[in-house]
Amino acid sequence: MAIKFSKKPGIVAYLTAGDPDLATTRDIALAAIDNGADVIELGVPFSDPLADGPVIQRASERAVARGVRLTDVLALARELRAARPEAGLVLFSYLNPVVRMGMKTFCARAAEAGADGVLLTDMIVEEAAEYLEEMKENRLAPIFLAAPTSPDARLKAIAAVSQGFVYAISRVGITGTQQKIAEDASGLVARLRRFTTLPIAVGFGISNAEHVKTVGEFADAAIIGSALVALIEKTPPPQAAEAVGQFIAALRA
Amino acid sequence: MSAGATIDSPMAGRFGAYGGRYVPETLMAALEELEAAYNAAQKDPAFQTELDDLLHNYCGRPTPLYFAKRLTEQCGGAKIYLKREDLLHTGAHKINNALGQGLLAKRMGKQRIIAETGAGQHGVATATVCALLGLECVVYMGEEDMRRQELNVYRMRLLGTEVRGVSAGSATLKDAINEAMRDWVTNVRTTYYILGSALGAHPYPTMVRNFHRVISREARVQMLEREGKLPTAIVACVGGGSNAIGAFYEFLPDANVQLIGVEAGGRGTALGEHAARFQKIGGGLPGVLQGTYSYVLQNDAGQVSNTHSVSAGLDYASVGPEHAMLHDSGRASYVSCSDADALKATVTLSRTEGILPALESAHAVAEAIRLAPTMAKTDVLMVNLSGRGDKDMGILARELDLKGSEAAVRQAGEGTKG
Repeated sequence: MAIKFSKKPGIVAYLTAGDPDLATTRDIALAAIDNGADVIELGVPFSDPLADGPVIQRASERAVARGVRLTDVLALARELRAARPEAGLVLFSYLNPVVRMGMKTFCARAAEAGADGVLLTDMIVEEAAEYLEEMKENRLAPIFLAAPTSPDARLKAIAAVSQGFVYAISRVGITGTQQKIAEDASGLVARLRRFTTLPIAVGFGISNAEHVKTVGEFADAAIIGSALVALIEKTPPPQAAEAVGQFIAALRA
Repeated sequence: MSAGATIDSPMAGRFGAYGGRYVPETLMAALEELEAAYNAAQKDPAFQTELDDLLHNYCGRPTPLYFAKRLTEQCGGAKIYLKREDLLHTGAHKINNALGQGLLAKRMGKQRIIAETGAGQHGVATATVCALLGLECVVYMGEEDMRRQELNVYRMRLLGTEVRGVSAGSATLKDAINEAMRDWVTNVRTTYYILGSALGAHPYPTMVRNFHRVISREARVQMLEREGKLPTAIVACVGGGSNAIGAFYEFLPDANVQLIGVEAGGRGTALGEHAARFQKIGGGLPGVLQGTYSYVLQNDAGQVSNTHSVSAGLDYASVGPEHAMLHDSGRASYVSCSDADALKATVTLSRTEGILPALESAHAVAEAIRLAPTMAKTDVLMVNLSGRGDKDMGILARELDLKGSEAAVRQAGEGTKG
């Protein structure tokens, strides 16, 4: 159990946990892993997902309405870890549900569930002292976002505290699909390379095999989020796992 | 955070444990740029001169400190003064901040302005400043708020602003801020976000408070001139808390001046029925919403709660971080006022003084009406009358049956439907 990308480019699959329901998310995650996803990012649904576009907003809203809680997502992580000991597993959350549980409790329970790392969307490096301490204590990888707008000094600080991989945001903006990979992305990855030997994964707007191939030319892994969540939204739940499995398999074809 | 490792952070923008910066990384460069530009502007006498000139000649500062004689007599206790922010251009205190940030945006060379609005007063103020300075303006507003503050939607459109409705969540202020932040993340290189309350990530809470400090700076001088002493207590309504922090700030060192914030008690004490973040039971807990660490109305899983208030401007799940600090330290106290009492206070102030308060400000008036009779006649109570109520005529006509018979209308002062 560690975050590693054995094939190039690696595939990170983001799923909003509990959309359409927790059991289906579990089946989808297993199908994604079995069809080539190196890392699963389990998204904790939140009432105010201000970094997300309409697709993930809707998924989050549906899951919150169903009453899906951080504790449910931790339980789901534990199930996935038991079923697939080798897969990379990252918990992806806005800060407030974590603050509500308590940072110390959350980190301990994330480690206990078998997660490899954590990404907190609205946690920046300057505010992260306690978070980093608890992550270290629990041997979890803190994963931070790096943005095209981040000046070199910030990228350096982000690289210095990151583990597992660095999440490079492909363009300014919120999550969601786009036609082609922004030129921002390769420039950002090149700047990040100067500060880290960690794998660099590119996310935001990556939605098809062509995008993944493009990302593979300059980065270590591609993160697929909204495209998967949109596919799940339009697929009847009993077929969702198979649909996602086929989609992931085709990404590196 | 809760266990405190960041509390001692040397980073600016902390109010005790509260405040800070909790935003997606994409916004960090913009916040750093904003902080640097704001700090430079503060040190530039030319910036302050231009702001002061416009505050005086365009907005109408200083605002009067008015002795409410008939209201005082009716309450039968402390002398009640009203700080008349409602008389400012555009009808509320919001223009103080919108103008300051508008000038800052222009100085930074940003041509596109975005803002959120609840009651529409910040939206109107921002639309006004953008017209004045020749800037492009987009305002995000919850669809529920567009419905109940319809007149302000028309005002913004007339001023040349594009109003974008937000249907997510409860379609109120919180949802408008989410959407404004999404716009800012997307257009961060060209766009300035004029946040309308003392909320959000650093430097906003400090900057917004400083643009509103003029309220207490004036009031302190005016009160000493009029009464030869400082007020016994100052009362202000608290949504995000910009008018309150502006009215409190220069009095913070005066330990004998009581500072009282009034939150929206809505229609009940259960979660979802009010916006009283500091309410003892069923109130908020420290958490992170929209960039800052403060009290947040939320469930036990950390999902942010919907809120209710008859006044759109107070209808928000969190509160400015400086208020969270003042609450915890006890320097200010926070109470709440129900929809029904705010409506009653609106009628009372209208009929005793001929002043129609905004429903937001009416919460502060209601607390003053409750408090004054418990105080000595030598005591002095100052209410920050943050805005005027013309925008609320639709709600008032419905809630107070103003469309009904003359007899029914006369009775409105005795009680309300709410």
